[in-house]
Parts: sequence; C-alpha cells; structure tokens
Amino acid sequence: MSNINWETICNVSDINKNTGVCALHNGEQVAIFKVGKEEQLFALQNYDPFGEANVLSRGIIGDVDGQLVLASPLYKQQFSLESGKCLEDDSVILKTYMVRQQDGLVQLQA
Amino acid sequence: MPDTTDLQTVKPLKLIVVGNGMVGHKFIENVVNHPDHENYQVITFSEEPRLAYDRVQLSAYFSGKTADDLMLTSEDYYDQHGVKYIIKDKVSTIDRAAKTITTESGRVESYDKLILATGSFPFVPPIPGGDAEHCLVYRTIEDLERITASAKGSKVGVVIGGGLLGLECAKALHNLNLEAHVVEFAPRLMAVQLDEGGGALLRTKIEDLGVHVHTEKNTKEIVAGETCRYRMNFADGSHIETDMIVFSAGIRPQDELARQFDIAIGERGGITIDDNCLTSDKDIYAIGECALWDGKIFGLVAPGYTMAKAAVSHITGGSEQFTGADMSTKLKLMGVDVASIGDAHARTEGAQTYTYINDAEGIYKRLIVSADKSTLLGVVLVGDTDAYGTLLPMMLEKMQLPDAPEVLILPQVEGGASAFGVAALPDSALICSCHDVTKGDLIEAIHAGATELSELKSCTKAGTGCGGCSAMVGQVLNAELENMGMEVNNNLCEHFEYTRQELFDVIRTKKIKTFDELLEQYGSGHGCMTCKPAVGSMLATYWNEYVLSDDNIQLQDTNDIFLGNMQKDGTYSVVPRIAAGEISAQGLIDLGQIGVKYDLYTKITGGQRIDFFGAQLHELPLIWDELIQAGFETGHAYGKSLRTVKSCVGSTWCRYGMMDSVSMAINLEMRYKGLRSPHKFKLGVSGCTRECAEAQSKDFGVIATDKGWNLYVCGNGGMKPRHGDLFASDLDDATLIKYIDRILMFYCRTADRLQRTSVWMDNMEGGLDYLKSVVIDDKLGLCEDFETDMNRVIDTYECEWKKTLNNPERLKRFAHFINSDATDDRLAYEADRGQSKARIAQPSVRESKAKGEEIPALEV
Ligand SMILES: Cc1cc2nc3c(=O)[nH]c(=O)nc-3n(C[C@H](O)[C@H](O)[C@H](O)COP(=O)(O)OP(=O)(O)OC[C@H]3O[C@@H](n4cnc5c(N)ncnc54)[C@H](O)[C@@H]3O)c2cc1C
Repeated sequence: MSNINWETICNVSDINKNTGVCALHNGEQVAIFKVGKEEQLFALQNYDPFGEANVLSRGIIGDVDGQLVLASPLYKQQFSLESGKCLEDDSVILKTYMVRQQDGLVQLQA
Repeated sequence: MPDTTDLQTVKPLKLIVVGNGMVGHKFIENVVNHPDHENYQVITFSEEPRLAYDRVQLSAYFSGKTADDLMLTSEDYYDQHGVKYIIKDKVSTIDRAAKTITTESGRVESYDKLILATGSFPFVPPIPGGDAEHCLVYRTIEDLERITASAKGSKVGVVIGGGLLGLECAKALHNLNLEAHVVEFAPRLMAVQLDEGGGALLRTKIEDLGVHVHTEKNTKEIVAGETCRYRMNFADGSHIETDMIVFSAGIRPQDELARQFDIAIGERGGITIDDNCLTSDKDIYAIGECALWDGKIFGLVAPGYTMAKAAVSHITGGSEQFTGADMSTKLKLMGVDVASIGDAHARTEGAQTYTYINDAEGIYKRLIVSADKSTLLGVVLVGDTDAYGTLLPMMLEKMQLPDAPEVLILPQVEGGASAFGVAALPDSALICSCHDVTKGDLIEAIHAGATELSELKSCTKAGTGCGGCSAMVGQVLNAELENMGMEVNNNLCEHFEYTRQELFDVIRTKKIKTFDELLEQYGSGHGCMTCKPAVGSMLATYWNEYVLSDDNIQLQDTNDIFLGNMQKDGTYSVVPRIAAGEISAQGLIDLGQIGVKYDLYTKITGGQRIDFFGAQLHELPLIWDELIQAGFETGHAYGKSLRTVKSCVGSTWCRYGMMDSVSMAINLEMRYKGLRSPHKFKLGVSGCTRECAEAQSKDFGVIATDKGWNLYVCGNGGMKPRHGDLFASDLDDATLIKYIDRILMFYCRTADRLQRTSVWMDNMEGGLDYLKSVVIDDKLGLCEDFETDMNRVIDTYECEWKKTLNNPERLKRFAHFINSDATDDRLAYEADRGQSKARIAQPSVRESKAKGEEIPALEV
C-alpha cells in the first residue's frame, strides 16, 4: 500500500500555532489544525453539523481530560481532534482526514 | 338534591385603603399577592397627586432622581390587578354605621373593611411668623419642589430641627448652594438616636462640610430681616438671618379622621391599634405612621410594612401579628456613617458602658451593656458603622457577650480573628431588616441552591433594600458553604487552579505577557475555550498588546480572532466606531457606498451605530480598508470591551440640556475604546434628568444636572435589567473621569470571566458603600495603580484593523481557503424589505443548538 498519494496544501508555517485553516480538497472543505510545540497536525471536516455552516477551522483548540479537542466557534460544541467525535453528543462524529508534515509542507491524503 | 351553595359566587370583600403612601401600598401589594386575592376588591384614595412613592429616598430627588424614579407602583400595576385608585382626593368623612366614606370631591364609597394608612404630617411649632411664604416643610415631592423654587431666590437657608430628617434637609440646602444652618432645640444633634459623645462628633463632621450648627436654640419669633428675608429671634437673645426656613421638628400622626369620627386615639395622638392592627372599630384598621401601638408611634417604614402584613393576615384569616419593632437605625448623613441601636442613652438601670474614641480618624463607638455585662443593651456608632450588622442581632437576641465586651468595638488588628462572626448568630437573627430576612431564611435558601451571593440576594431579597446588610449576607453565605463542606471552587477551569482575580494578579506582578508562559508556570495541559479567551482578555487589559500577535491569536474567541462578529452562517458583521452616535452626513454617505458595493445588510444598532451584515471572511480586509480610508476605525463590536457610549443631543441643541452630553460621551468613548474587560460594557450620557440616553441602564451612566455630572454605576439592560446605583453627584469633568477610570480597572482586576458589572456589584461584599470606599476614599490604596494602568491602555491604543491591514502575513488568514481563491459556496440569502441579503435561507434553530453561555449574536 505504498501508492498513497498526498496532496500538498500549504506550508506548515502558514498555520499559526494552535489555530486552524481551511483547505479545499477534492471538492470538500477540510479544516486543518496545528497543535502544540510538536506542531502535530489534525484534519476534520470544516462543516459544523450543529451550526450548519463551514466554520470549524476558526474554532479554539484545547484539551478536556487530556483529550485534544476543537470547540466550534458557533455554538461551542467540542469535537475530538483525533476521532472527530462530539463530546456533547456521541451520535455525531465528524469526518477525519489523513494529514501529514513533509519537508515543511502540510499534505492531505489524496 | 345537590347542594348548590358553594357554586354561588361569593361577593368579594370590599377593602378601602385611605392613603396611598408607602404602607398603604404595601398593604395593597400584600393583598394582591395573597393566594385568595380574588375574594377581595381594593379601592385606594390618595390625597397626593400621585400613587405611592419611596419617601425614604425622597432626598434623592435633589440629586437627580425624578418623581418617576421614586415611584413604588404604577397605574398599570393597579389596573392589572384590579385595584381601583383615586388620586388627589382626600377622604373627609367616615360613616361607621352605614360603613361608607365620603371624599372632599363628594364621592361616596361603601366598605366592608376600612384601612387607615394616612401616615403623618410635619409638626410646625406655633412660632409667630412661622407661616410666612418661605417657611416650608419636608415630606412630599411637592414640598421638595417648593424648597427648590424658594432656594432659587435665596442665599441662606435654615432648617429647624437637628434630627435625622433635618440633617438630610440641611444637606439638600447645602447642595442647592445655600449657606445652610441647622437650628436645634436640644443640646446635640440627633438627640433621639445619639448620646453626647456621638452627637458631638457628628456635629464636628457636619460643620467641617460647611453646614452651620446651632444647638440649644429656641426660636421665639420670625420677623422681617435686614440682610435676608427673615430674622429668627431666639429665646437667649441671639438671632440669625435667613431667606428661607424648613421645619423639620418632628412628625405628628395623621389621625384627624379617627379624631372626628370617634375612633380611639392616644393621649398625644395616633390611632390606637391592637396586635392585629385593629382600631376600636372592628371593621377599621390603622397601619403605618398614623397608628399607635402600645403607646408608641413608629416613624420608620419597616414597622409600617410589618403592620401592613399583620392587617392583611387578620383580614384573610391568617395569624401574623404586629408585636412591636426595633427602632435601631444605621444611615449615612452627609457622608458620615451613623448608627444607633437599642438603649443608646444607657437609661436601663445599672447599665455599664464602654467607649472607643479615635479623634484622628473621627470615630466614636459606645457599647451599653447590662449591669452584669452579660447582654448588649445599646450601641452608638459614628464614623464607622461596620459593626452594626453583628451588634444588632446580639442586642435583639440577647446573646451572651464575650468576657471582654470591648473587643466588639475595638479596631480589628490585622491577622487577628474576628471576635464575633456571623457563625455565632442564631438562626432567628434578623439580617436584613428592610425585607425581614433572618439568618435562618438565608440558610434555607443556600441549601435550596442559592450558592452565589447575587442569587441569594435576588431570591431572598436580603440586601436589596438599603443594602446595609449586604456584607453580612455574604458572610452568612461563606460560613454556611463552609459548614456544608462545599468547597467553593472558583478555579478558572481544569487548566488553572486559580481564580480569574488570582491569575490577573499573577500576570501583573510576575509581568507575564503570553499564555504559553502562564500555562507553563501556573497551569497544565493545552488550555481550553474557557481559559484561553479569559487569559487573552486579561493580557489585553494589562499589556494592551495586539490581539492577533503570533502568541495571542490562538487565544481569541470566535469574534476576536477575525475582528468581526461571526453570524450564524459563518459570515461576519462589520461595525465601525461612531463615537457617541455622532456622524457627519458625508460619513453616512461613505458608509452607504461601502454597504452598496459589498452588498451588505444594514441595520442601526441600539448603541447608535451602524451594523453591516453578511461580509465574508475574505471581504473583511477589503471593507475595512475602505472604511479606514473614509476616516473610520474599528468599533470593537467583536470584543469583550467598551461597546458604545450612547448620548442624547445635550445642551448644544436641546432646550432642556444642562450640559454638553455629546462632547462628554465622545470624550469617554475615545478614552475607553479598545479596553478589553471581563465582559462587554457600555456607557450612556444624558444632558439632563429627562435621561433620553437611558444612561441608568448602562454599566456607567452619566447624567447632567445644573451642578455637574451624576454618575450611576453597574446598570444593565439585557436579560436581567438593573438600574445603575447612584455613585456620586455633581462631579466636575476631571473627577467624573477619575472615578470611572478607577472603577473600570477595579472591575477588570476583580470580576469573574464574563461577569457584567451588574453581577460584579451584586456579588461584592459591602456593595456600593464598599465600592465607594475603594474608589473615593482609596481604602485599598490602589487608586494610583488603577490610574497608571488605565493611562497605559489609553496611551498604547491602536486601531486593530489598521494594524492588521498593514501586516500582509496576518492578512493571509482572511481567506476562506488557504489553498484556493474560491469562496464558501454554501451561503444563500433571500431579498426582503429592500435588502438583498435580508434572510439567511438555511434553517437553523438556535435554541436547540446553543450550548454554553456565550452565543455570538448580533451586537445590541
Ligand atoms: C425625607 C424623609 C426621609 C425618610 N427617611 C427614612 C429612612 O431612612 N428610613 C425609614 O425607615 N423611614 C424614613 N422616613 C419615614 C418614612 O418615609 C415613613 O415611615 C413612611 O413613609 C410611612 O408610610 P405611611 O404609609 O405610614 O405614610 P406616608 O408615606 O406618609 O403615606 C400616607 C399617605 O396618606 C395620604 N393621606 C393622609 N390622609 C389622607 C386622607 N384623609 N385621604 C387620602 N389620603 C390621605 C397622605 O397624603 C400620604 O400620601 C423618611 C421620611 C422622610 C419624609
């Protein structure tokens, strides 16, 4: 399975620490976040199913009981950055995307 | 045959209340709130031209309150509850046999029960010449209007009577810029409440304020004066000249109806009542200042309220009675704290006394205890009345005194344990005498879940009358929470085991400038949506650095992070500053053109400015660039910071304006713009007491009078409206600004996150008086700091949008996609009412989705 294709989105340095950006990827809106000193990357759908708007890349990053989460800027529901699961409502799981750092570039799995 | 008797409607019992004063109204309120209120029909007659108002606060009329502000009820309220009212008509006869009354206008009305709540009238001693035109009294709003009118043509004013009301009146004359004198028959001021030492200190303090005091003066006659309108000749041969005289020589119960129609009255007046407030006629009650119980008249409002309750209870078949009342008082007279409890004159046989005198600070305290020193009989306090709250219940409850009773009035040594805390009080101890709330009532409410001071106050009403007990209420709360083993956890969130106030102190004293530093040294984890914006706000308050700097950007909440208010579809609103609502016609045209160009929905806000809606993220810099070129700057509508300073047009145009409210409002808006604070705050400036700017509903309300600015603080519109409290009167520009600077910084340092000034105030132990002592008397010695901090913020102000536009790196973030110029294709609008972006088409029910307390919504 080595023929995974990666699409370059931007430079890692284009994302301010502990914030997100939104990428247009295969016709979908993807929110990408850069977390902590380690500059760990996460990618989730940008669409907020509660607020019904494309805004999740603009939320606040934090942790709840050690789990990294993103809070929606609209109505403040929190989602696990890792799994996309909503902390307030188990039935809602956001789509997650494979994302990586390569030579200072942010790449999403094509 | 079914029994039909209980199907017949019972005719309601007809209650006539004569006098719609404070107590008459309380009676009606109690009937209206009674579960069986449908069984009663109420009619009330008022001799005065208006329904009941707050006579206790009458003097506030001189410092800017209007008759409307003082109203205790309204015609609407009475209409709603089916209460009939007739104003400006005096009840003149009672036919006890026919059970009817007749008024001066000839109206006849029958009653089942008659309630006399006729109050009292000022006693004017029979002095020859005492009926001259400028000889007045002090009891009603009309009296105050007469005093104001008379003062206009006067230079000197005399108050006859150095009691509580007389001193209040003298202050009013002094404030009306008269040379004010108090003439008292007794050898000291407030002879009823104070002993010699207390009276003497009060006198010194009042004289220091510029009011002249003459004791042991018996006025013989009032004749024409030489330098003034009148000359008052005293029995001792001396005299003074004055242009006006106000009699405040005591009150007499208004018992003329009882007198004329053979209802029993006391030897020296007053309608005799029993414990049920019944007079000698079984269908006639008397309540309030006209009533005589056990040979005593009660010249305070609280006992009147208890009588009203007892009378309602008796009529409705309840069991509450009036069994006397304590006449202890605590008040502030011309800024001097004075209190008197129980046997202030040590008249009890064998009484022992302890006195503490501090000449340097002007404090006098005296304890009167029983012969065996086991119980407290009375107290006199002048200059420092903090102990009143603990001492009053000790006297009322006859609590066992500590071995050395003097500790109760000695100054507390720093670090020493308080000799006698609230914990020692029994549950029956009365904490709030205005609303009759005991320690037990408070504890019950705390157990029922009112674990915050503001909640406790609003559900029990304790501390919401004169406010004098609010510190005690706080102490009861803390003691009880501790008792319940409830740890009061005010930690900011799971990442910081500190309160907001503690973190603010850390930031200040350790000079911490970034969240990362603070988290590393004082917190744990990554932070969260609670602590990040809170710390971001504190850093901004103290250091005022760019909120979108590399370090700060991660902290900013929904709105701050893109310097715009996010709307429900992810677009933003754009609000330029229009200070005080003043905008040139050209400015409006410029705004209009920008609105048209970017096709923005446009609305005027409650804060007198213009909101543009529907701007997409990538459009924000384009729009702001044009706004800034047209001379606008950011309005900080997105920040927890100053919103607007609303103003009326003021003296520059208005026929009624006393001062230039627009200039002051612009001045204030420019001063505080950009100051990040625990929550948003607003100001209002009105040019006169008509209050068109609705300043009393703002965090800071400024109202012009003919002598300067009155400052109201901690008002609020919104979900829980609250009128601001009058903080200080007749201020000049510089003092006004100094006080607002200090209060704001004190608020920024000590409030909780997202706590409005109103809740901050309601939660403050000691309330308004405490705030005054911090801000006016500099009790904490912090005022200089507050001013330095404020000046730093003002000096480092920058328009955030201007700064952002000059920073290409920052501007990159204002694109919907980092890797494409495309824009969000999900946005859709429907045109309506002439605006193309009127409705957001996608459905969204906010209520079902909202979580947490902060929903970014429209600016109001
Ligand atoms: C300046 C001032 C400051 C005060 N400060 C305090 C204070 O700090 N604390 C405190 O506890 N108390 C204070 N008081 C006293 C307090 O106001 C009174 O105790 C309270 O108003 C008594 O209420 P009441 O209803 O008995 O009488 P009132 O409020 O006087 O009401 C009686 C009403 O009945 C009307 N009336 C009389 N006869 C008739 C009739 N025949 N027909 C129709 N209407 C009639 C009168 O016009 C009046 O409106 C103060 C009073 C004044 C004047």
